[in-house]
Amino acid sequence: MLLRRTAGWPRWEWTGPFDELERLRRQMDLLTGGLAGGRVVSAPAAGVFPLMNVTEDKDNYYVRAELPGLRADDLELSVTGDTLSISGERKIPAEDEKAQYHRRERDAGRFSRIVTLPAQLNTSQVEARCTDGVLTVVLPKAEEAKPRQIAVKAS
Amino acid sequence: MTDTDSKSLQVKEKAELSTPAEQTRPGLVFTPAVDIFETDKEITLLADMPGVTSSELNIDLRDDMLTLDGDVKPPEGADETDVIREYRTGKYYRQFTLSQVIDQAKIDAELKDGVLRLTLPKVQAATPRKIVVKS
Repeated sequence: MLLRRTAGWPRWEWTGPFDELERLRRQMDLLTGGLAGGRVVSAPAAGVFPLMNVTEDKDNYYVRAELPGLRADDLELSVTGDTLSISGERKIPAEDEKAQYHRRERDAGRFSRIVTLPAQLNTSQVEARCTDGVLTVVLPKAEEAKPRQIAVKAS
Repeated sequence: MTDTDSKSLQVKEKAELSTPAEQTRPGLVFTPAVDIFETDKEITLLADMPGVTSSELNIDLRDDMLTLDGDVKPPEGADETDVIREYRTGKYYRQFTLSQVIDQAKIDAELKDGVLRLTLPKVQAATPRKIVVKS
């Protein structure tokens, strides 16, 4: 009991060595983010398949992901408020039973990911398409989240 | 096959080509992930090349050297700015040496949803013949 009261470390809510690493990583991100102007979050990624690129212009956010072999109907997309969730399954059809493999680098499996965008979205106008194995989701920003020109009145 | 189908996909960053062949244009070069298998009659190659269109893909076979070369144009519009960038885009390039003699006239390539399927039929002489041992 005495030990518990006097020794402040390790604290009892301390759950594992990775918490500390995670805290350090966040601090590093803050530092480097500060240098980059705090805009672009670069790799390492969230560690969830698929990897995504998010860009924006005045009116929309664009979310892109490389999903070779997937069609639009293999994917399930949903949007709420400021989040987009994508889930699906990549299937690699079985080949001839007699086929002998030299290389097998392509993976199959299920995935699901959720991303939070920096602003609210106009959820009724979201468009998604899958071309040449690249998914593009166009998410219009909600009216109140769009930048607005403010006219300065001369008095 | 059912086993692997149900597992969840892990993030795999695209492999950047470490020693690209001399390039005249700047840009990133990646090696596409491939499956290669053969049956008695043919060799089939499947390659993941997301973003490549059929007009931008070159497949070349000479002196048993198969070269895949695909160009990807940046999909972003001119006035878009990055928010999160987790993957990069660039060319795909990969070479293979084929040990089998391929019937070049019958090579078939199909590009669908970013996956290339290349069928390379073996020439008749190279298909294995069963040898019957007489007693």
